[in-house]
Amino acid sequence: MSPTRLLAVARKELLQLRRDPRSLMLAFALPVLLLILFGYAISWDVRDIRAAVLDQDHSASSRDLVDAFRSSGYFTIVRFLARSAETGPLLERGGAQLILVIPPGFERDLGAGRAAPLQAILDGSDANTATIAQGYAEAVVRTWSSRAVLRGRSVVPPVDPETRVWFNEELASRNMIVPGLVAVIMMIIAAMLTSLTIAREWERGTMEQLAATPVSRLEVVLGKLLPYLAIGLIDVIVSSVLGVLLFKVPFRGSAALLMLLSACFLTGALGLGLFISAVARSQVLATQLAMIATFLPTLLLSGFMFSIRTMPAALRAISYLVPARYFLVVTRGIFLKGVGLEVLALQGLLMAVFATTGLGLAVSRFRKELQ
Amino acid sequence: MSAAVEVENLTKRFGDFVAVDAVSFSVETGEVFGFLGPNGAGKTTTIKMLTGLVPPSSGRGTVAGLDILRQGTEIKRHIGYMSQLFSLYADLTVEENIAFFSGLYGVPRERRAARRDWVLEMAGLQEQRGRLTGELSLGWKQRLALGCAVLHEPPVLFLDEPTSGVDPISRRGFWDLIYALAAGGTTVFVTTHYMEEAEFCHRLALMNRGKLIALDTPARLRQGLREPLLEARTSDGTRTIETLEKAPGVAQAGLFGRAVHVTLKEGEDVERDRARLAELLAGRGIEVESIEPIEPSLEDVFIALVEKTGGAVVD
Repeated sequence: MSPTRLLAVARKELLQLRRDPRSLMLAFALPVLLLILFGYAISWDVRDIRAAVLDQDHSASSRDLVDAFRSSGYFTIVRFLARSAETGPLLERGGAQLILVIPPGFERDLGAGRAAPLQAILDGSDANTATIAQGYAEAVVRTWSSRAVLRGRSVVPPVDPETRVWFNEELASRNMIVPGLVAVIMMIIAAMLTSLTIAREWERGTMEQLAATPVSRLEVVLGKLLPYLAIGLIDVIVSSVLGVLLFKVPFRGSAALLMLLSACFLTGALGLGLFISAVARSQVLATQLAMIATFLPTLLLSGFMFSIRTMPAALRAISYLVPARYFLVVTRGIFLKGVGLEVLALQGLLMAVFATTGLGLAVSRFRKELQ
Repeated sequence: MSAAVEVENLTKRFGDFVAVDAVSFSVETGEVFGFLGPNGAGKTTTIKMLTGLVPPSSGRGTVAGLDILRQGTEIKRHIGYMSQLFSLYADLTVEENIAFFSGLYGVPRERRAARRDWVLEMAGLQEQRGRLTGELSLGWKQRLALGCAVLHEPPVLFLDEPTSGVDPISRRGFWDLIYALAAGGTTVFVTTHYMEEAEFCHRLALMNRGKLIALDTPARLRQGLREPLLEARTSDGTRTIETLEKAPGVAQAGLFGRAVHVTLKEGEDVERDRARLAELLAGRGIEVESIEPIEPSLEDVFIALVEKTGGAVVD
């Protein structure tokens, strides 16, 4: 290992990067773009569900129930229907996501102490939203009916649960997304940028020249890795700061720990990218392999977009092999919970293992000898 | 004087295929040593073994006094290598490429500026130092590549078809640089496809089908071709070759520019054959402008030797 040769490779890589607008975009513009896109456009919070009402009872009770829906904050009453025949077409057009049907005799049944039937029709074509809307509707009805039973009398209920959400008090999905996105962005940088770098040397014939110099494979791998590691860490800082300032995501943990574990994760991802690059030997193939092997699993199987617990068993098993799965625990833990290594010891260890494996793969595969 | 490169029974097998077959030779310090042979003859594989890029299957060798089997890494510090493909970084400037290779070759910090200026001067690139290498003409690129290969002042320099695709004038300038380096004591090991370049070498080694088939100075190689040679200028080159190839006393006939070169069998009487072959061509209705004995060129020697050793390998 010679620091001179290592630095020569790193400086060369940096110079090439500086002259390659495509890579620069990938390195600096894409992370910001992704952050803004995911932060603003994608939200898994369900609010303002469009609801229509078919009130066949026209009573004080039915109007009170509709008011309860309206004031819950989850529903916007977009229409009142006159006939039940209108319900089908309305759902088909997507004019409403939920239709509340209050049958005739609703108030009479309530007054007589009988169970008063009530119907909610949901648009199940978006199953996710429908499930959440159903939950909200049930909650609104439950609250309303307990009040109705008591008819204004004040009684201390036997059990009164006071729920409180920790770490993400508003249950805002952006608080989940931004820390997760840090992991996704780093995987993109690592895989896309590095997968190009060695393949490019093969394609342009410069690898042969390198191989004839005293530079060792470890020097080449580390030299190529250093600039990208720096870029990756800059991206972590930029996306964290943007997340906190722009999206008001809480940052409760140690910035130093986040940087340390990010550096480990990046090293592993970069090593993996270099490995792919050395295997593929062509830039196009390297990019595609990198997409399939690193970017997609990170996006889909890390728990970033879809909850791992609800995945089919096979995918859940695969997700254990996705390093980002553990890194996501790290970022969310540091951002939202403010926990340190005492909680993230396993993940920290896994990050170190990932870094070592990635580097090892890259060095072993990077055959300097031309056969 | 000690040998700069010395190999004995150097062999490289790829599976069943023997790319280099028990090759032995030695190159003196300060010599310009030409390495010739048709494609697939094993030239590039030999160079790769000498530069530590490919381990030999058997045999032994030294480069700059270092063992190619055990000191491959050390050898890379003591040689310069320039491949047939342009292999500097097109997206770096001239100076950046020089700085990069200075770093890789471990040129001491205090010598770097002097070495950089020397390369810029030698390659005539002072004016272009800030330009991107990709924008330079091929001739300039090759001179820069040569400069980058000798930044660390290696005692042995390997050039693998350094001038392919370069125009004749730049090529001539390139050879002036090679001579200047050799005069300074650098041993230059060069492969080429250009026969007029082969003439510039102090000694030539010819390879075919993995074997070394000749090794001598260009002058002695030409004298060594004992088969007499005729040059025929006729109205129809293709039919002339067809006719003469089958004629008695003829070893081989081939097109050389517009003329046909006819190699006679060893011991043939040139004057008698000349008349006989002229008659034969005339009998086939081919007009004969001239048919004269000539001194063999290196190319004739080269082709004759390759034919004698089984012809070139066809890819």
